[in-house]
Amino acid sequence: MHPYLVALLGGIILGLASTLFMLFNGRVLGISGIFKGLIMPMKGDIQWRLSFILGMLMTGAIYFAIHPQAFDNQISRSFYAYALAGLLVGMGTAFGSGCTSGHGICGISRLSLRSTLATITFMLTGAVSVYLVQHLMGGEI
Amino acid sequence: MKQHVIAFIAGSLFAFGLALSGMTQPHKIIGFLDIFGTWDPTLLFVMIGAIAVHLVALRLTFRRKAPLLENQFLLPTQKAITPRLIIGSGVFGLGWGLTGFCPGPALTSLPKATTEVIFFVGAMAIGMYLHKPISKFLSEGLSRSQIK
Repeated sequence: MHPYLVALLGGIILGLASTLFMLFNGRVLGISGIFKGLIMPMKGDIQWRLSFILGMLMTGAIYFAIHPQAFDNQISRSFYAYALAGLLVGMGTAFGSGCTSGHGICGISRLSLRSTLATITFMLTGAVSVYLVQHLMGGEI
Repeated sequence: MKQHVIAFIAGSLFAFGLALSGMTQPHKIIGFLDIFGTWDPTLLFVMIGAIAVHLVALRLTFRRKAPLLENQFLLPTQKAITPRLIIGSGVFGLGWGLTGFCPGPALTSLPKATTEVIFFVGAMAIGMYLHKPISKFLSEGLSRSQIK
């Protein structure tokens, strides 16, 4: 199958997972929010988050065992870049109340203006960041 | 109990979708954001697939008064476009473009246990912990400047 069709199929699965979560549990499937609520837990609100993240980790582990190419990384970045990126992603999603899943998939599907503007913003600054690193810094940081 | 099973299935399915669609390969994300380089539209197809399905399925879902396992739908109540939303999302994007990881693909890739992904997820957690004190500092600073 053509990689773009596989990407479309993968996207459909993401949409189905998001629907399942809203239809049964009544919650927005936003990874940054689910993860944040797990590492800064409130009483009675931990177990479902743990189940969700464990599901992700278990599937990631099985997928990696069967098909490690799906986790290829052809970009070269220093450990400092990964640490800085993680810090910015953690702070940014906490202040902006969401990431690619919560704003990008669920929010836009709900026709939320906040999520649509958030998605446009992080795609634009993402492009700026890539331009800086790939074109002004020669692809290494 | 059933909610936890659903959460587990939804998390598994979501991670599967991410890995299948190539979102756990950071160069595909960088390629999508690299509009002045060799553009890779993979992420666009993923978003189209996800939003097309979810948009329609949500409308059907919201015909119900409540979800199947809970008393009510928990939806974001805030409607205002705040500086926090825009600046926060902007900061997230800068970090996203730096290494091509956002929270979902990073957590799905965590079992690969490379130093890169461990650094990223660890720093992401620290960034989330820093949100509260920074937020408090900012709002105190704002209220002080308003008093003056």
